[in-house]
Amino acid sequence: MSAISFQGVSKTYLTPKGAFSALNDVSFDIRPGEFFGLLGPNGAGKTTLISILAGLTKASAGRVTVNGFDVVSDYASARRALGVVPQELVFDPFFSVREALRFQSGYFGIRNNGDWIDELLEGLGLADKATANMRQLSGGMKRRVLMALALVHKPPVLVLDEPTAGVDVELRQTLWQFVTRLNKNGTAVLLTTHYLEEAEALCARIAMVKKGQLVALEKTSDLLERASASVLRFKLDTPLPDEWVAQARVTGRIVQLPAPNAEAVEKILASIRAAGGIAEQVEIRPADLEDVFLAVMENPS
Amino acid sequence: MNGWQMLFYKEVLRFWKVGFQTVAAPVLTAMMYMLIFGHVLEGRVEVFDGVSYTAFLVPGLVMMSMLQNSFSNSSSSLIQSKVMGNLIFILLTPLSHWAWLWAYVMSSVVRGLAVGVGVMLVTSWYGQPHFEHPLWILMFAVLGSGLMGAMGVVAGLWAEKFDQLAAFQNFVIVPMTFLSGVFYSIQSLPTFWQNASHLNPFFYMIDGFRYGFFGHSDVSPWLSLAIVATACLLVGGIAERMLRTGYKVRH
Repeated sequence: MSAISFQGVSKTYLTPKGAFSALNDVSFDIRPGEFFGLLGPNGAGKTTLISILAGLTKASAGRVTVNGFDVVSDYASARRALGVVPQELVFDPFFSVREALRFQSGYFGIRNNGDWIDELLEGLGLADKATANMRQLSGGMKRRVLMALALVHKPPVLVLDEPTAGVDVELRQTLWQFVTRLNKNGTAVLLTTHYLEEAEALCARIAMVKKGQLVALEKTSDLLERASASVLRFKLDTPLPDEWVAQARVTGRIVQLPAPNAEAVEKILASIRAAGGIAEQVEIRPADLEDVFLAVMENPS
Repeated sequence: MNGWQMLFYKEVLRFWKVGFQTVAAPVLTAMMYMLIFGHVLEGRVEVFDGVSYTAFLVPGLVMMSMLQNSFSNSSSSLIQSKVMGNLIFILLTPLSHWAWLWAYVMSSVVRGLAVGVGVMLVTSWYGQPHFEHPLWILMFAVLGSGLMGAMGVVAGLWAEKFDQLAAFQNFVIVPMTFLSGVFYSIQSLPTFWQNASHLNPFFYMIDGFRYGFFGHSDVSPWLSLAIVATACLLVGGIAERMLRTGYKVRH
């Protein structure tokens, strides 16, 4: 039985401008205990998919189950099996961290959850904030509380919707250590993120969505192998010649271009020299997930 | 403690933590009405034989405060959670729509009763209140607060912004409570306004509630009870349906 199963899920919104299809016949399964990445650009439909899974949005067509429980007809069992860390930093301004965790346990019908709450607070570095009001916490601390809230009922399936957006390095490490440990103990994790190096390091399997459609679903290692091309990386102070702009990943002065062989490398460097530029700190590296992601998004096949 | 009880407890704690604003403030407002209207009209108006104007005014003020505050409780909790986004924590739980309805309505009843008792206490300074039929008093207090708690759920789910909710409160709830016979007996009104008042369900809540204190009322308390109970079921049914379909909260 799958931890999560999406079966032919579609979602159409009726807007004043007409029908807008946010998801179109998306199907895939996540196995128990799997660490799964869901990637795609903004507006691709990742959050809509998660909202349908969590019961926050109703699918226009298709079926979603969590541990075999239908999220519509058997919503109570499905939600007991599911923990969701929402993307937005939301909080209830009336209560302290411990109160919020106690309430959340109670909504799931769990009494005397103090030991597990203590463990969560400890593991997420929140122990000294237990009595603080949610309003007094920094963004990073609020993010940790969201994680704790999602875990009060020890769900076998955890959904993280861009958990590291705007989070500093230290917290990111704390979060990943914590989540990795949960995953090792059998929790299935569905992660969406824009930090592709995180997805590459953590996820065993990856799905990519674009404009509401599934465009890739593979093991991370297979995806990386698919990108046979290595990448030419250099620094450049002058503008990149027009012919390369479309394929290039440019970060400030750093330019990265797919270069499958020596001939391609020569061609790129020659055209830059012809344009009067000098490529500095030139190196060639194997393709990473970001290269594969860009290739898939540009040319889904 | 099962799920709905925790939500109920959370909702009670929410208003209790800001009790100065949610309980003390309405009690003070009611006391102001009492001071001013009591001072101006005492001795000039006698609504029921042998009942002074201030004594007549107390039950009306108590009921009006209960109605307004039980409405405020569920509606402001829902709109705040929607605007702040923290409603998601409840949306993600296995709580059924019945649990939501029950928790939001019952916590509103608790706030209504807390305010009602508060108003009763401060106004008892004007004279020992008289409880002719305590059961009727309690029944109308609970039904009235429950009805308004359910109405607050409807308004809180419907409103998308604070000003929409404020409009509902200022243009529907406040006029209906003020024009329900809190400050006068509708028998003193011209025929047209008497008839108009009979269309206002709030009138029956106040009239029935007042019957419990004096054993006097403009219409039979049984009629009031029937109308208030029907209104309760009707509004409760609308709230139940909105929660079941996830109106504006599950898209």
